[in-house]
Amino acid sequence: MNEAAPLTQTGDAGREIAFNVNGQRVTVDVPPVKRLSDVLRDDLGLTGTKIGCNAGDCGACSVLVGGKLVCGCLTPVSQAEDTLVVTVEGLKAHGTLSRVQQAFQKHGAAQCGICTPGMLMASVALLGGKEKPSEEDIRDALGGVLCRCTGYGKIVDAVKDAVNHTFDPALEPETGAAVGARLEKVDGLPRVTGETLFGADGIPAGALWLRAVRSPHASARVTLGDFAPLLAAHPGLERVLTHADVPFNGFGIYPDIKDQPVLARDVVRHRGEAVVALVGDKDTVEAIDLDTLPITYEPLPAVDGLEAALAAGAHAVQADKPDNILIRGRVVSGDADGALDSAAHVATGSFNTRFVEHAYIEPEAGYAERVGDRLELHVSTQAPYMDRDEVANVMGIAQEDVRIIPTACGGGFGGKLDLGLQPLIAVAAWLTGKPVACVYTRPESMASSTKRHPSNIDVRMGCDADGTLTGFDFSGDFDTGAYASWGPTVAGRVPVHASGPYKVPHVRALSAGVFTNNPPSGAFRGFGVPQAAIAQETMLDDLAGQCGLDRLEIRHKNAIRAGDTTPCGQTLQASAGLAACLEALQPHWSAMLDDAKRFNGSGNGAVRRGAGIGCMWYGIGNTGMSNPSTMRVVLGREGAVTLYNGAVDIGQGSNTIFAQICADALGVPVGLIRQVNGDTDLTADAGKTSASRQTYVSGKAVELAAADLRAQILRQVNAGPDSRIAIADGAVTVSDGETSHRIDLAGLPVMDGEDGGVLAGHGTFDPPTQPLDEDGQGVPYACYGFAAQIISVDVDVELGTVKVNRIVAAHDVGKAVNPIQVEGQIQGGIAQGLGLALMEEYHSGVTDNLHDYLIPTIGDVPDIDVIIVEDGEPTGPSGAKGVGEPGLVPTPPAILSAIKDATGVRITEVPATPHRVRAALRDAGIARRENGQ
Amino acid sequence: MGRYLNPKTADEALAALRDGGLTVLAGGTDYYPARVGKPLSDDILDITGIETLRGISDDGDAYRIGATTTWTDVVKADLPPLFDGLKRAAREVGGVQIQNAGTVAGNLCNASPAADGVPPLLAMDARVELSSLAGVDTVPLSDFILGNRSTSIRPDQMLSAVLVPKHGAGAKSHFYKLGARRYLVISIVMAAAVVETGGDGAVTAARVSVGACSAVAQRLTALEDRLMGRPCDGALGDMVTEADVAGLSPIDDIRASAAYRAEAVVTVVRRLLNELGAQP
Repeated sequence: MNEAAPLTQTGDAGREIAFNVNGQRVTVDVPPVKRLSDVLRDDLGLTGTKIGCNAGDCGACSVLVGGKLVCGCLTPVSQAEDTLVVTVEGLKAHGTLSRVQQAFQKHGAAQCGICTPGMLMASVALLGGKEKPSEEDIRDALGGVLCRCTGYGKIVDAVKDAVNHTFDPALEPETGAAVGARLEKVDGLPRVTGETLFGADGIPAGALWLRAVRSPHASARVTLGDFAPLLAAHPGLERVLTHADVPFNGFGIYPDIKDQPVLARDVVRHRGEAVVALVGDKDTVEAIDLDTLPITYEPLPAVDGLEAALAAGAHAVQADKPDNILIRGRVVSGDADGALDSAAHVATGSFNTRFVEHAYIEPEAGYAERVGDRLELHVSTQAPYMDRDEVANVMGIAQEDVRIIPTACGGGFGGKLDLGLQPLIAVAAWLTGKPVACVYTRPESMASSTKRHPSNIDVRMGCDADGTLTGFDFSGDFDTGAYASWGPTVAGRVPVHASGPYKVPHVRALSAGVFTNNPPSGAFRGFGVPQAAIAQETMLDDLAGQCGLDRLEIRHKNAIRAGDTTPCGQTLQASAGLAACLEALQPHWSAMLDDAKRFNGSGNGAVRRGAGIGCMWYGIGNTGMSNPSTMRVVLGREGAVTLYNGAVDIGQGSNTIFAQICADALGVPVGLIRQVNGDTDLTADAGKTSASRQTYVSGKAVELAAADLRAQILRQVNAGPDSRIAIADGAVTVSDGETSHRIDLAGLPVMDGEDGGVLAGHGTFDPPTQPLDEDGQGVPYACYGFAAQIISVDVDVELGTVKVNRIVAAHDVGKAVNPIQVEGQIQGGIAQGLGLALMEEYHSGVTDNLHDYLIPTIGDVPDIDVIIVEDGEPTGPSGAKGVGEPGLVPTPPAILSAIKDATGVRITEVPATPHRVRAALRDAGIARRENGQ
Repeated sequence: MGRYLNPKTADEALAALRDGGLTVLAGGTDYYPARVGKPLSDDILDITGIETLRGISDDGDAYRIGATTTWTDVVKADLPPLFDGLKRAAREVGGVQIQNAGTVAGNLCNASPAADGVPPLLAMDARVELSSLAGVDTVPLSDFILGNRSTSIRPDQMLSAVLVPKHGAGAKSHFYKLGARRYLVISIVMAAAVVETGGDGAVTAARVSVGACSAVAQRLTALEDRLMGRPCDGALGDMVTEADVAGLSPIDDIRASAAYRAEAVVTVVRRLLNELGAQP
């Protein structure tokens, strides 16, 4: 430091601060208090450092300053002066990835990639300081970085590998053997170098900034005053958008329900609802004191939760829904009451669950610009085509006049299916004619985005004397918040799945989506099925106890199998692998039970160990409605093979999986497949990344498209279907037995609109389903994923704390196109299920941050062994089904099953936080030990 | 955007503080989280450039933890068993990133009811050194923190050091934190203790404190008295009863119910003392 440096600097003009970043001396002229992470990103263009919370809660912005790992968001740039700062961009040496980067890529430790820079920097700090770190050292070192995708297992594996220098070179699979290979992510390298651009990373310099002003009230009449004085007082403020600026002020998932305003008019229905939006230069809009705005709220009765919404005389959240019922769902087959009345054993229960936040580490971000009379949006999304259609609807322009160019998506889990900032930046860009950007703060993201539906569920299940299930009765109310969002999907999907993956002849399953003045509940990994599974699986445990059957055995006995008929009247033709999953788990289950018995017999004070089990089924794709995907594979004049892929890879790995499917269906090496991803001008509609549908639906479309291209190539030379093709040097060589043909691509005419393409294969797949009738009878899904998980927990009966020791998960995925991605989806889903079961509970206005809202850390998720069961699905690509959501569904009931096994106490409310568990134990008479006894 | 001062000496810092109105910033781990989505408009006094404020030293009668000493500094310092509880607490403050930047003194000034540093330092009978141009005051930590986010510091003062008096040579300490996840967790209940023993292994001095069960962490003085003369072994905590924690005032919040805290704190203090007693 310069001894002669003046003591006082005024921040307004900033001052020159010099430091070394990744080996380069830099000087910035910024306010000294500016966050280092913002300086790196805004002033130095080093967007590899990510911002997840700006509060030190997530660790995504971790960098080394003077050799120490710190959060860039908590470090004034002044403190970096004259130090050496290392960011993810500095980890490559001489153009070569560092060991730890290579290990992350090899293990699939980066899914969406938003936490990856933070994880890498924390790993580097560890490896720089310790020669042989233990696994506990690794967890301690990485404990300050949150990951929402991976469940952490592959990250720990990668760091171990980097420590031990144990690398196998990456091998490209042989031609024709890409499907099933543990191929590294085709888009993984830029994720470990920090080059992948997420929603906040590619915003053009000089873009206007949009800041939404949101209601602090859950229910209020709102009056807007005159914004002219505010505009006059702030020259950098270009516009204040109100509802009057929005051409069609309503959006929503369903074509007939556009109930959510872009900007509130007259009333606000949940805390966090956008009321106006400030548009101007970034510094100006960020500095405006929102308390000075001419917005008046007159509070109205607020409906807080299901009981309040359904009470007589409750305030109507939406005026045209006086009973606060959005929708009801129903599946009825046989005579459930009769079956339960005559059952030898009946289990009953009531359960409730709370709001769960997606907590993707990347807050919503993006920008829009007007290009002539079109709008282009660069946004983090799971649903580009739906965004396009919704933005067009809001703007009152043609769908073709909106282009969505998805950025990398730093986690979605269903939360980036709904519109967030898209219509706001669209309106602003249209009106100002300038690029307009918006990046949500963490509290804004949490306050305004959708949640998992809280639920109140009553359930009964009955069986005969030998444990064969006979009847099931289910009624679930789901808090859908202030607007419909995906509420109808939840209300529809729950009854179909409610009785679980079992053969049950008599079923009545009813659901209701209920409006409240809570934030909208939407799509979240499982669409209500996880909540229902908690209730239903607990019943099965009870029946096992009543019948004297083992908990795995009763599930195996009743497992639905190919040839059986579901409560919707659908007879499963194939690919129903629950029984196989349970058989695969049986030895692990016996060992887990023995271990618990041994542990509990050897005196461990207040800690009791238990083993639990949970099963699930999950329909792949939309429920009883069309959800096609279309893909195109183009062979270029120079011999390039390009997959035009409109499905968004939000980290789950679809880009890689499609490359594998495409390569094998075409008959070429996977390394030959290039991709154009998810740009609505360039790629066809491949639907939403939701409902576990991309591998199955879009993957099938890829397979069909590649097969179509292959057929066209073979047709050129009249070659047989088993011919081998090789593409090189602008030519395709087709070998048909002894005969070889050469197709000179330059000799083929270039197709219109295919960017130099000479041949194009097309594929569209829409799963064969039939709509459900009023009793829920029909064919809701073409296929189902199945799974069973077993979990060992330790319960501290004095404190009510629950520690998960180990999980073994067996999943029938039809065919694992890429086992790394399959394991990643299962482990990541399990981590979210663990959070749902044990710690996650969102309260609007109270937990709008990542230190009051708890998601599992690297110390909370144990080793997870994944057993892949492949009961091939005839309609899927190479037999594959989906696995995006199934990982999460069995975990919460399995954890509750294990708690019950450990303590004898049934938990009926999640999350099972220490105080809830302890209260349940106390109610059951399990006292705190006295005097150490 | 306000002023940003980063003096090199304590005298310069105190001179700047004379007129008040400055926000003292060291690790930034409480400053920035309180301003998410808000302008950084405060007038700042960044004290991290003052070399004399950093580190732990032996001042003869007491150990001196300088104002900019981080949690990592505490963990890495070679200190007697008296500090074991504080070191345990240090490892539970956020993740490595927070421990590398956040300071012990800042934790006290922030005065959160769930501040991890307060119970161990209360049990160590720590005092805080408040410096201003008017002079240096040292006050007991228990008098410094007045309530939730409230301390007795004057606008012209800076907390320049935390002073830990030297205790008997055999003094040992422990810390126990109860939270709902493994890392990055705010305590539901936490407790810390320091005990000294005589030649016969009986307790000759005991200080026990509890955090997150009242607006300010509290000592359990009646329990401390009852511990005197007890054999310091793995059953030391067995004597703890509800009456020992009756002076606490736990609240319902998002992390736990008041009823739960009231019950759990008994278990936590028992285990704390049993584990401490069992230590060699």
